[in-house]
Amino acid sequence: MSKYTDFGTPAKISDNQVTLEIDGTQITVPEGTSIMHAAMVGGVTVPKLCATDSLDPYGSCRLCLVEIEGRRGFPASCTTPVAEGIKVKTQTPKLADIRKGVMELYISDHPLDCLTCATNGDCELQDMAGAVGLREVRYGYDGENHLKSEKDTSNPYFQFDPSKCIVCSRCVRACEEVQGTFALTIQGRGFESKVASGTENFLESECVSCGACVQACPTATLIEKSVVQHGVPEHSVTTTCAYCGVGCSFDAEMKGEQVVRMVPSKHGGANHGHSCVKGRFAWGYATHQDRITTPMIRKSIHDAWTEVSWDEAINYAASEITRIQAKYGKESVGGITSSRCTNEEVYVTQKLIRAVLGTNNVDTCARVCHSPTGYGLKQTLGESAGTQTFDSVMHSDVIFVMGANPTDGHPVFGSQMKRRLREGAKLIVADPRQIDLVSSPHVKADYHLKLRPGTNVALIAAMSHVIVSEGLVNEAFVKERCEVDSFEAWRDFASKQENSPEALSETLGVPAEDLRAAARLYATGGNAAIYYGLGVTEHSQGSTTVMGIANLAMATANVGREGVGVNPLRGQNNVQGSCDMGSMPHEYPGYRHVSDDATRALFETAWGRPLSKEPGLRIPNMLDQAISGNFKALYCVGEDIVQSDPNTQHVTHGLESMECVIVQDLFLNETAMYAHVFFPGASFLEKSGTFTNAERRISPVRRVMTPKNGFEDWEVTAKLASALGYPMHYSHASDILDEIAALTPTFKGVSFKKLDELGSVQWPCDDANPTGTPTMHIDEFVRGKGKFFITEYVPTTEKVNAKYPLILTTGRILSQYNVGAQTRRTDNVAWHPEDVIEIHPHDAEDRGINDGDWVGITSRAGETVLHAKITERVQPGVVYTTFHHPESGANVITTDNSDWATNCPEFKVTAVQLTKVSQLSEWQREYNAFSKEQLGFVQHPKNEVNV
Amino acid sequence: MNIEQLITMANQIGTFFKSSPDQEMAKKDIVMHLKRFWALSMRLQLIAHVQQDGKGLEPIVKQAILQHQALLA
Repeated sequence: MSKYTDFGTPAKISDNQVTLEIDGTQITVPEGTSIMHAAMVGGVTVPKLCATDSLDPYGSCRLCLVEIEGRRGFPASCTTPVAEGIKVKTQTPKLADIRKGVMELYISDHPLDCLTCATNGDCELQDMAGAVGLREVRYGYDGENHLKSEKDTSNPYFQFDPSKCIVCSRCVRACEEVQGTFALTIQGRGFESKVASGTENFLESECVSCGACVQACPTATLIEKSVVQHGVPEHSVTTTCAYCGVGCSFDAEMKGEQVVRMVPSKHGGANHGHSCVKGRFAWGYATHQDRITTPMIRKSIHDAWTEVSWDEAINYAASEITRIQAKYGKESVGGITSSRCTNEEVYVTQKLIRAVLGTNNVDTCARVCHSPTGYGLKQTLGESAGTQTFDSVMHSDVIFVMGANPTDGHPVFGSQMKRRLREGAKLIVADPRQIDLVSSPHVKADYHLKLRPGTNVALIAAMSHVIVSEGLVNEAFVKERCEVDSFEAWRDFASKQENSPEALSETLGVPAEDLRAAARLYATGGNAAIYYGLGVTEHSQGSTTVMGIANLAMATANVGREGVGVNPLRGQNNVQGSCDMGSMPHEYPGYRHVSDDATRALFETAWGRPLSKEPGLRIPNMLDQAISGNFKALYCVGEDIVQSDPNTQHVTHGLESMECVIVQDLFLNETAMYAHVFFPGASFLEKSGTFTNAERRISPVRRVMTPKNGFEDWEVTAKLASALGYPMHYSHASDILDEIAALTPTFKGVSFKKLDELGSVQWPCDDANPTGTPTMHIDEFVRGKGKFFITEYVPTTEKVNAKYPLILTTGRILSQYNVGAQTRRTDNVAWHPEDVIEIHPHDAEDRGINDGDWVGITSRAGETVLHAKITERVQPGVVYTTFHHPESGANVITTDNSDWATNCPEFKVTAVQLTKVSQLSEWQREYNAFSKEQLGFVQHPKNEVNV
Repeated sequence: MNIEQLITMANQIGTFFKSSPDQEMAKKDIVMHLKRFWALSMRLQLIAHVQQDGKGLEPIVKQAILQHQALLA
């Protein structure tokens, strides 16, 4: 039921236009366009099966043949480019005969079960049979055929039915061209030709379940199981994915309020019709049985929950906050928002905290991921955001990936990056671990700088030294665009011999010649773009590294145009947006400091309440203050600090020290187990709002079903505000966005109406840039002149020693998302049922550890136990795990160490020891008991509670 | 709040800014960072610690707070 026109072949861009005649109509298109595409532009549909405009033309099905006046034969319109003045006929008696013959052959080996086929009414083969006027199949079914071929149903989300396959190769080409995984091939020749995944079935193959093959299939051969179950959808609503920072647009294809499938939107500005296993398939959590849809309260975390009405829950929460502020003071309360919230939800939450509770104690989960990005880029470039579009990478000549794993963390952008790399762009990877980009089909890093965890700043220093000492600075750019004094100080610093690759090689564990070569490539290889992730930010010097990256980009003039830039790959869908919305304790929406009198006056007038000029507490400060007895109530919206924040036992101690913890979420998450009030949340399918992705793209989130809990999340926050004596008069999320636009210069031109018109828009969106700003800092930096900072390498205090000789670094995996609350409640667990500890064979052998053994991991903060996975992906001395499953306790072992500027935790460096064990850790045993008890409390909702 | 934690954090800030060639500017930057990003209660606790003996603080942090105390309170 695609609502998009399929032009058959991709659009071409050319300065030269070509005019031709198709079926008597003059059509003008860019040079290089296929005749098929040109025909569609002119409103002429050419029959086709192997062609689709997301793939390069292939010319195998022979349905799209045309006649060209003066040329012999019947060229395929998909592979034949337009030429000036040619006259094309797409419908002639001869062409009709040929097409009918072709279709007859296809149908002779295709089951005629259209009435019971899951794609009945949504099948291109069926459409083409009608288009060519097929009325009979003369060959019968007596001959050899594929009709009894066995289905492969191994993948949890889609099935492969080879009996329906026409071997058009669209799936194979989609896997190669769109996704870049090369998991599929056509095996055999002639009649024996068949699509194969290289292994016995799809699930065990290299397939990453992105869905590109399913999307490309013109028949029911590759089809979503949800379509098989529910039938063809009847309407669709375009919305935005609730997973990673790529922010893909999806068409929620529906039957009433039932989601049948999520299909990546062809016009999605960030994804252009591509998707990953999470966004495409892992949406079942929204209707999972674990959803809590009724508000609950309890006096103590050791009591059972009592289900109550919304009014009771809201009023109880409000009375507790009021009581606590009266007893302990205004600053004894605060709130935490999540990057999983919409912009509008974040905005109203921080407004409630600041205007209603009268404190700036509001923070967001960017604290534990990209807060150093916000700080570092603001200091150097003047804006707390990435500089480019994702599409910019297609203009890059050198791609420098530092501390990021795009094919797992940002898979749709990872695929786009791989397309550019296959076109020939050079690749530098700086990562302690061998991520897939280092070596994957048709992609190989030119340099893999396998640095030791915690030495990022030394790497930047070494590269800076090469750029300065070898005369690779773009002096003209620096002179025109940057603060000269700051540059000169930085240049003098970078020139020091102690910053040379040779001096830092041992610290980094990287050969000096590789450091020099990588720096030269970055500085001289053409358009060079830096992409970085949490491997940069989650360090004690995270902000320093961000500033160092900006220094490199400015010094080499790699900022301010397409193909270059400083590109933070934001972890969650709305990290950028939640930060934009003033969710940090020191700044209002639009990154304006709370101490700025003019800005504060603006918000005081708009909100009608006096506001504090003092920065509030950050998340770790709140927890510390709670343990000290000074912080007593928390409103936590959509975030799960117990699982995602470092030093779990410290976090739970903090929560246990509070008198009222209010959690608003879909599920009884780990934090909710320490809560006194539970407000049920709404999933992204149940609400309206906006998300802002890593490229500053604001995209609409559209409600496709009624909230199962009764309210959208912003409504719950507004109810709480009302109960606290501050009615919020919004009737729809669009009213909130209008208020944001009125108070935030960079959002001035943003509205739901504009998003309906444009699909999405990148801020700044204002009078000067009414359709947004794809590339920032083009003529000048937001702060005026770019500012260099001296970035001295300071080794972390989290050091290895005889007791803790290994470095643990943590990360993410493709199939799971953050704390896993969503993806663990989907069939994605088929790929990642548990977190494991990766260990190098040498380290494993030293400790007598075999693959699959239980391994105890002990740090200065705690101990947990995971199964071992022995792999050379990690270097000797380094071990790696993920934190997607709460019982893993990955953050039981991470420490309180944090970034000097922002308190972003040092997740990437924890000194540990590994030993073979035979049972779970004490923490895990206690966790299992506590978790079981807490879940039991929900199963007895009618218990009375004294509140 | 645990003063040891505040000392560690303040020293980290001091370590970043002390690499500036202008040490007076570095002290000002340390204080401005504290003012812009630390809650008042944390700043006051740190000031009280400096007034007591400032034990555990890097010299430049201690000097910065003593020199620019008015900005922090």
